[in-house]
Amino acid sequence: MWRDAALVAGKDLRIEARSKVALSQVAPFGIVALGLFAFALGPARAPMVSGAPGLFWVAVLFSTVLAIQRSVSVESADGARDGLRLSGLDPAGLFLGKALAVAAQLVVLELVLTVGVVLLYGAAVKTVWLIAAACLLGTVGLAAAGTLYGALSAGIRVRETLLPFLLLPVVTPILLAGTRIWQAGLAGGTPSDATPWLHLLLAFDAVYLAVGVVVYGPIQEAT
Amino acid sequence: MTSTVVTERSDDRRRGDGADPARTGGPRNGPPALSRGTVLATRVVGVAAVVGVAFTVWLGLWVTPPDKVQGNLVRLVYIHPGVAWVALYLAFGLAAVASLLYLWPRTRSLFWDRLAAAAVEVGVVFNVCTLISGSIWGRPTWGVWWAWDARLTSTAALLVLFLGYMALRRVPAEPEVRAKRSAFAALFAALDVPIVHFSVVWWKTLHQGATVLNANLSPTIHGSMAWTLLLGFVALTLVFVWMLLVRYRIGVLEDWVGSGELDLALRERQAEGIAPPTASAVVLPGPPVPSETPAGREVPREIAEVAQ
Repeated sequence: MWRDAALVAGKDLRIEARSKVALSQVAPFGIVALGLFAFALGPARAPMVSGAPGLFWVAVLFSTVLAIQRSVSVESADGARDGLRLSGLDPAGLFLGKALAVAAQLVVLELVLTVGVVLLYGAAVKTVWLIAAACLLGTVGLAAAGTLYGALSAGIRVRETLLPFLLLPVVTPILLAGTRIWQAGLAGGTPSDATPWLHLLLAFDAVYLAVGVVVYGPIQEAT
Repeated sequence: MTSTVVTERSDDRRRGDGADPARTGGPRNGPPALSRGTVLATRVVGVAAVVGVAFTVWLGLWVTPPDKVQGNLVRLVYIHPGVAWVALYLAFGLAAVASLLYLWPRTRSLFWDRLAAAAVEVGVVFNVCTLISGSIWGRPTWGVWWAWDARLTSTAALLVLFLGYMALRRVPAEPEVRAKRSAFAALFAALDVPIVHFSVVWWKTLHQGATVLNANLSPTIHGSMAWTLLLGFVALTLVFVWMLLVRYRIGVLEDWVGSGELDLALRERQAEGIAPPTASAVVLPGPPVPSETPAGREVPREIAEVAQ
């Protein structure tokens, strides 16, 4: 399973390294979103700083939808989906690989957005490990749930419009938890402020990773 | 376009045949039939629901006294918790269980799929009613139509998840493919519900605690008010069951129309000598395709004229 996951993740990341779609489109989209939020709330610093955690996570969520669309569309051309099924790779490995590739791209994106939030909104990061933990756990959950919904909508022609509607409500707990942990991280709060939220993210990750490992195969057969 | 016209006409004629196949136990060429027991059960539940709602309205508006603190506003309590119970627990729970049963290979049957779909659709209606009745109560009590309170927010989140399921279901697909997709979507959404709920509870809460089913199970309201509240629960549950039965039946008919319509239209055209016989018209397997012999059907007049 893990070997298969590494293979699939390697493949997706290689495609990304060659096509640079995430780098040239998804990341800039995130920055544009940050700019739009600034126009909506600014130019005073205070509302931007207080809104920074939420705005960061909303930008991440929107970018996730794009990253997932990309991850699905990579498989939709040239019968790649059937090829993957024929390859004999473990479906669980396939799921983990796809999710891992998305997660890797999202982590890079979050780094860019964090720098953007600090530079553009003037937010100061006080507790770095809280910020990092929120990003890491949130990313795993987003990638897992996103990959599942991506697979579910894979064969559907109206995927582009359907996927955000299906995925975004499901990942709202990540937005809530991520925002609260970031608030603690930016304000220099104690870890105890953030502990329940970290647990919530852990639970979300565990649930969607476990479900994905179990049902990814049947979903592929279904669509 | 023409084929639609033909189909509508043949539908008209089927109705004109006299005996409704759905009632008479179903000749082979009619839509899938309901058993007498099911028809009777649907009617009994429907009548009971109407009577129950009427009694609830009568007790709630005329018999019970206004509340000391909330005045007449308290009367919403006879409807709102009952509607919420149906929307949040009954409908969604049923949809989740039915979807699981569909996914489980041993119990896989389109019955569970249609049941889940019907539960979701009726659940959406009840969910919207929950939000509306809650808003009507919230405006005079809290001073706002909408508060970002935990229960309100989770109810709205549930509504959005439900709507996503319905959107996915509307994507045209074979019934089996659609069933599998929808069942997975329901499963993922169901797993999300407790997480959403906890996150929103921690996020904020100002809703009043549960009145009837509180921790020590001793209702905090008394007398005629308690009975009316209870009756409201029963009546609304009956309304839910009745709507569920009817919606399920419509689901069966929808699939029947979806699978038979093209075939029926093709047969009509072949009878007119316009369309060439196709393999699909002969060997089309599957759901109860209306299997009337072309000769047994009249060709609509306009079509016949065109054919000549």
